[in-house]
Amino acid sequence: MTKLAEWLLGLTLLGGVWVTLTFNLLGLALPRACWEVVWPLPVYLLVVFGCYSLATVGYRVATFNDCEDAARELQAQITEAKCDLKRRGLRF
Amino acid sequence: MSVVSRRDKIRKDEGGQDKYSVLLPTYNERENLPLIVWLLVKYFGESGFNYEIIIIDDGSPDGTLEVAQQLQKIYGSDKILLRPREKKLGLGTAYIHGMQHASGNFIIIMDADLSHHPKFIPQFIGKQKEGNFDIVSGTRYIGNGGVYGWDLKRKLISRGANYLSQVLLRPGASDLTGSFRLYKKEVLQKLVTHCVSKGYVFQMEMIVRARQFKYTIGEVPISFVDRVYGESKLGGNEIVSFLKGLLTLFATT
Repeated sequence: MTKLAEWLLGLTLLGGVWVTLTFNLLGLALPRACWEVVWPLPVYLLVVFGCYSLATVGYRVATFNDCEDAARELQAQITEAKCDLKRRGLRF
Repeated sequence: MSVVSRRDKIRKDEGGQDKYSVLLPTYNERENLPLIVWLLVKYFGESGFNYEIIIIDDGSPDGTLEVAQQLQKIYGSDKILLRPREKKLGLGTAYIHGMQHASGNFIIIMDADLSHHPKFIPQFIGKQKEGNFDIVSGTRYIGNGGVYGWDLKRKLISRGANYLSQVLLRPGASDLTGSFRLYKKEVLQKLVTHCVSKGYVFQMEMIVRARQFKYTIGEVPISFVDRVYGESKLGGNEIVSFLKGLLTLFATT
């Protein structure tokens, strides 16, 4: 199954449950309080997912390591390499 | 024979069964190529693993091939192999082309522009041995991994793209677009024949397909130092083609 199919399957299942409960297709007669939570749930979930995504990406951008040491080490090694290669007769 | 030197010898013998072929596809890397080769020789020399470096130059007009020939004279034709091609062709075919002559049972792929530091290769090899992984992938996104030379915008795009791909593809590896990896030779051979994408998406497809084939993936945090010489490329076009590739993989794998 492709990832797209997995998503469609998952969304269809959740959507089915939501439609059934919201429009009371099975005659379950949810208590009013529950029903009022259920019917706007897709929007809530979307907002929560959006917030989670923004927070995650934001946090990861903020904590993205800046490898200053690695850059310095590389620069030093480049100088060393150039000297050594010249000594061995490399024409740059 | 002292204990230490005997232990050294045993370690060398163990290492002697494995050989690592480093594939370096190049295009206009005249400045960088000698430096990356020097670093590779240094770190392989220090760690004692058996290796060879295969340079696949795609007809660079700046004379990369000429520098590569000089390097071959300096380090020997058993260590430096030249597999030039007439003109610029895809990365996938560069790997296939390079592998045809690779005598190692492991293949290491990396960029020749110094953004990938050879000091991580012994860690890759250690990681591979630790779990007998089919693939070891360098990652900028976890542990001590990171980048140098990226502004906020570049970081944001990178993290955003990575998050989106993680959500959509759940690939089981944290760095999908990185191209610093170690593969078992037969694994890479199988993967390249199944991957058709170009650019950044190619590396992503390799990992996603690897997952499909149930290959195991180990990860090593790496520091990515953006191009010291030459220009780094990330434009609007790149982003669009990345998104297209991502959606294609989403719909087909």
